[in-house]
Amino acid sequence: MKPAPFEYAAPKTIAEALDILGQNDLDEVKLMAGGQSLMPLLNMRLARPSLVLDLNHVEGLDGIREESSGLRVGAMTTKRVLEDSDLVRSQYPLLWESTVAIGHAPIRNRGTVGGSMVQADPASEYPAAALAFDMEFVVMSSAGERVIQAEDFFVTYLTTSIEPGEILTEIRIPRLPPGTGWGFQELARRHGDFAIVGALATVRVESGLCCDPRIVLFGAADRAIRVPAGEACLEGAPPSEASLTVMGDAVFDAVEDPLSDVHASAEYRRDLARVLSKRAMSEAMSRAS
Amino acid sequence: MSALVPVKCHVNGRVVETMVDARMTLADFLRHELGLTGTHVGCEHGVCGICNILVDGQTTRSCLMLAVQAEGHEIRTVESLSDGDKLHPIQEAFMEEHGLQCGFCTAGFMMAICDLLENNTNPSEDEIKDVLGGQVCRCTGYNTILRAVKNAAAKMGSAGA
Ligand SMILES: Cc1cc2nc3c(=O)[nH]c(=O)nc-3n(C[C@H](O)[C@H](O)[C@H](O)COP(=O)(O)OP(=O)(O)OC[C@H]3O[C@@H](n4cnc5c(N)ncnc54)[C@H](O)[C@@H]3O)c2cc1C
Ligand code: FES
Ligand code: FES
Repeated sequence: MKPAPFEYAAPKTIAEALDILGQNDLDEVKLMAGGQSLMPLLNMRLARPSLVLDLNHVEGLDGIREESSGLRVGAMTTKRVLEDSDLVRSQYPLLWESTVAIGHAPIRNRGTVGGSMVQADPASEYPAAALAFDMEFVVMSSAGERVIQAEDFFVTYLTTSIEPGEILTEIRIPRLPPGTGWGFQELARRHGDFAIVGALATVRVESGLCCDPRIVLFGAADRAIRVPAGEACLEGAPPSEASLTVMGDAVFDAVEDPLSDVHASAEYRRDLARVLSKRAMSEAMSRAS
Repeated sequence: MSALVPVKCHVNGRVVETMVDARMTLADFLRHELGLTGTHVGCEHGVCGICNILVDGQTTRSCLMLAVQAEGHEIRTVESLSDGDKLHPIQEAFMEEHGLQCGFCTAGFMMAICDLLENNTNPSEDEIKDVLGGQVCRCTGYNTILRAVKNAAAKMGSAGA
């Protein structure tokens, strides 16, 4: 296998990268981050750009910075860097769990945070984490900078609201409110494979009652989704087995039309959404204070 | 901006400076341009791990990197393991434990194991399985490879001590 011929550019600054985008037919350019999704597409000639614009040499696009409100993660930061970060592991454990569930070590060594977000695979962990944390996406184009909220970022299968000519530069990850418990559950054929279904949950418990519960599913629809109907069942309810059962049934009802493919039928995915969201929320309840 | 692009990197300790076709994968570059055919190519989409090499010490799928992206990096392939006829402990352990049959997957396993053991000479069984789980072998059933990793870890641990 060989990619179809293309030209290659490796700009050193964002300004240079935007210039190159400005000089080319945007349908013909592909941005390359870690290449862990793009290279397979090039090798199989499912993508045939005439120019590959490599972001790996652009200054200032990688690294983790902590601020009082949360993290700022450069789009080109590799998953490996998050995995190795003590800060992420101790202060953002839900982000850390989502990171190590992605692929195998060699994939995380090169694959970037921004690449996974823009790839927007419906079974990917990071878009789900983006909804759990209310992440913000900073995007640059020749027109300047704009910030997209996670809930507006993921559109459908492999599609985000980033426009051609825009470059994702940074992901802002707010700190979860103090006392928030979290849970992460995923079922895959082997550890490291894409999830069949996965669930993230967060909740606080105040005066013995659930507060701000959040349920995010991946692998259950055309993109990562929150399940407001399930969340509504828990708001103000005691963190009990009975509440979890009611919540699980609401999740089952809400996931009306999940994916159906060779890995799992729609019916099975629907049931998994119920089971995994209950397990994740049960973990979250036990970690909440 | 061009289809033929310059690249300068280190491969197995040697400086390589040349022009490459922009679309050439690093795997093909190592095999066809440098004659380092120890790196094999299986799925060419990142799934099998047979093409693993080390880039700055980290296991990397050479089918998912362009040759031009080796620019400025330190590449190690399976050819770097032995010192002439003297086998690396990982290679000795594969021989002793029958860690290979057809050998097609072996270089990819060895490089992933090399990354593991250079950073941790006393990995737990789960840590080893996590690495092996990212690789495909159609012959051995993995148990002999698992034993080879433990054997190699013991050899490397005692050599380092
Ligand atoms: C064997 C294997 C297993 C995997 N398992 C999982 C898994 O379990 N879960 C999971 O989530 N993923 C998995 N992946 C995918 C992997 O996480 C990819 O790294 C990720 O999807 C893309 O990130 P990347 O940095 O490699 O981006 P690339 O492949 O370089 O790019 C992906 C897309 O995003 C665009 N893009 C990238 N960066 C930017 C930017 N800054 N601005 C605008 N556009 C940009 C590119 O143009 C391209 O269209 C797996 C991949 C492999 C090969
Ligand atoms: S050939 Fe590279 S991972 Fe299979
Ligand atoms: S030894 Fe034949 S594929 Fe592994």
